[in-house]
Amino acid sequence: MTEPELSTQPPTSAWSMYRAIVGIGALCALVIVAVYESTAARIRENEKEFLANAVAEVLPSARSTLPVALADSGRLEALAETPDLPVLLGYDTANRLVGAIIAAEGMGYQDTIRVLFAYSFERNAIVGFKVLASKETPGLGDRVEKEPHFLANFDGLDARLSDDGETLRQPIVTVKQGEKTEPWQLDGITGATITSEAIGNILNASAGRWVPILERDAADLARER
Amino acid sequence: MNEASNWSIFLNAALINNFVLAYFLGLCPFFGVSAKLETAVRMGGAVSFVMLVASLCAYSINLLLDAINAPYLRIISYILVIASTVQLVEMLIRKLSPATFRTLGIYLPLITTNCAILGLALFQTNRGYDFTQAVAYALGAGAGFALALVLMAGIREKLDLANVPELVKGTAAALVVAGILSMSFMGFAGLGR
Amino acid sequence: MTRSELTSTDDFVKGLWRENPVFVQVLGMCPALAVSNTAINALTMGLATSFVLLMSGLSVSALRRFIPREARIVCFICIIATFVTAVDYVIQAISLELSRSLGAFIALIVGNCLILGRSEAFASKNGPGRSALDALGMGAGFTVALLSIGVVREVLGAGTIFGMNLFPDSYQTWTVMVLPSGGFFAMALWLLLFNGVRERQVEREKHVQEVGS
Repeated sequence: MTEPELSTQPPTSAWSMYRAIVGIGALCALVIVAVYESTAARIRENEKEFLANAVAEVLPSARSTLPVALADSGRLEALAETPDLPVLLGYDTANRLVGAIIAAEGMGYQDTIRVLFAYSFERNAIVGFKVLASKETPGLGDRVEKEPHFLANFDGLDARLSDDGETLRQPIVTVKQGEKTEPWQLDGITGATITSEAIGNILNASAGRWVPILERDAADLARER
Repeated sequence: MNEASNWSIFLNAALINNFVLAYFLGLCPFFGVSAKLETAVRMGGAVSFVMLVASLCAYSINLLLDAINAPYLRIISYILVIASTVQLVEMLIRKLSPATFRTLGIYLPLITTNCAILGLALFQTNRGYDFTQAVAYALGAGAGFALALVLMAGIREKLDLANVPELVKGTAAALVVAGILSMSFMGFAGLGR
Repeated sequence: MTRSELTSTDDFVKGLWRENPVFVQVLGMCPALAVSNTAINALTMGLATSFVLLMSGLSVSALRRFIPREARIVCFICIIATFVTAVDYVIQAISLELSRSLGAFIALIVGNCLILGRSEAFASKNGPGRSALDALGMGAGFTVALLSIGVVREVLGAGTIFGMNLFPDSYQTWTVMVLPSGGFFAMALWLLLFNGVRERQVEREKHVQEVGS
């Protein structure tokens, strides 16, 4: 298209501009709603499946789960829908409360790390752990996801409450690789020091917040069920 | 919800996860205007400014979308609202301060639909930042972008004088320089926890 | 070969080589390089971008008489954003894992200058048929380019391709290639190769012309 041709075009009327913008807006709205409606069910199912798989990995004995949150009254209450960072109560086949599955996140070496861990009411310990999302350096920081000796920490990481039931008796801390002497210590990874320390901090903060509440209210909630 | 402190969000966006060097966002202006130091400084200023505007827009749009429960309108409303707000701001600056307009203004239309701007809006939503965190994030991202641009321009000005094979000159050389810059920025990881 | 056949093949092929969006026009790599760390991410991103390119090309071209010149940019952006939203949801429905590893970068396709560029430069001036071919060609060129960057990064950086092991365990991975800087390096390597081959081609053609005359 050349310049003179452009200048001979009649000026566009405001009406035709409105018509075009509103018309295209309507078409776009139609497409978006159609796609959203047709994929929404499938996406929810995918999310459920993803969480169910992760739960099966961290707390294999749990057969069904119940999302919970802290109500305004300060008590634990059951939720109808699973939130973005869920806290779940896990029940076994006989509908007995076996543990809680808690999602938590915090700053790692590169970016936010999101983890899922399981707390056992019977053993008062963290018994399962999985990294849900991280951007740690491949080959260094991401070893927290698969290094056997690090994952062995979660055969039972002590998260016992103090006598008043308000805080953890011992904060969860990461120590240097091979220097773990106490059950609440996290055996770190040489070469992934900052990432393994970050995991310790995330667990300590999240367990410190949730375990006292869960120990206080989870059994009541289970009875109501 | 996100509990990171404002300072660590700022550092994270500016250095550790630099928009250009770690997320590859805004590469077009990065390679386009990084040949001269002076233009790079101005561009950096303009981008930081637009980022702040975009971040505020995104924060308010998100409040609205949450209120009417319409997440599927996010992409389309972000891009339209940000583009029109920047254009309004551009007109306002032209009217109020012609001098500022001459230094920053010519770059504004170039960057309204830039992926770095939209990226900022989307990332801040995904991470659930509150108002002050969003502002810290936008300032950090802008500062990081400006820093990367200025460093790049400094290096490219020197590179012009160097004896580089004809084939490598231009974009290829710029890419390698950006790669090395990106590697050196990795040294910032672990900061601001 | 008739005239129209010639142009339609040309519409398609130019995107692959002569006007390859990534290596020749250096367009649209902003949101793309970030997810070229593995072959599968690169392929998904390439296909998603191609789909948006095709659909918005078709729509713009079908509606081109209806869109006034003054309002065209806002209309184009609206159309592109619609299809990007659609692709985002479709990928989430297909595989949540894939959608998580691509993150916000799928949504960022909307800022890809390649798509707006093609809508403006080609689809708004040509019929749906030619626009579709142009979009397919550009999309294919983009996908191939992104995939070749992704393959180089994954093979060198992780020793795998599409997640399958390529080398014995003793292979020392070049971790730098899967880090962001690797994206710049891989892209620079391909660009050099492309430039080198093109330069030779030009020289050969010049040589042929000289001999011929």
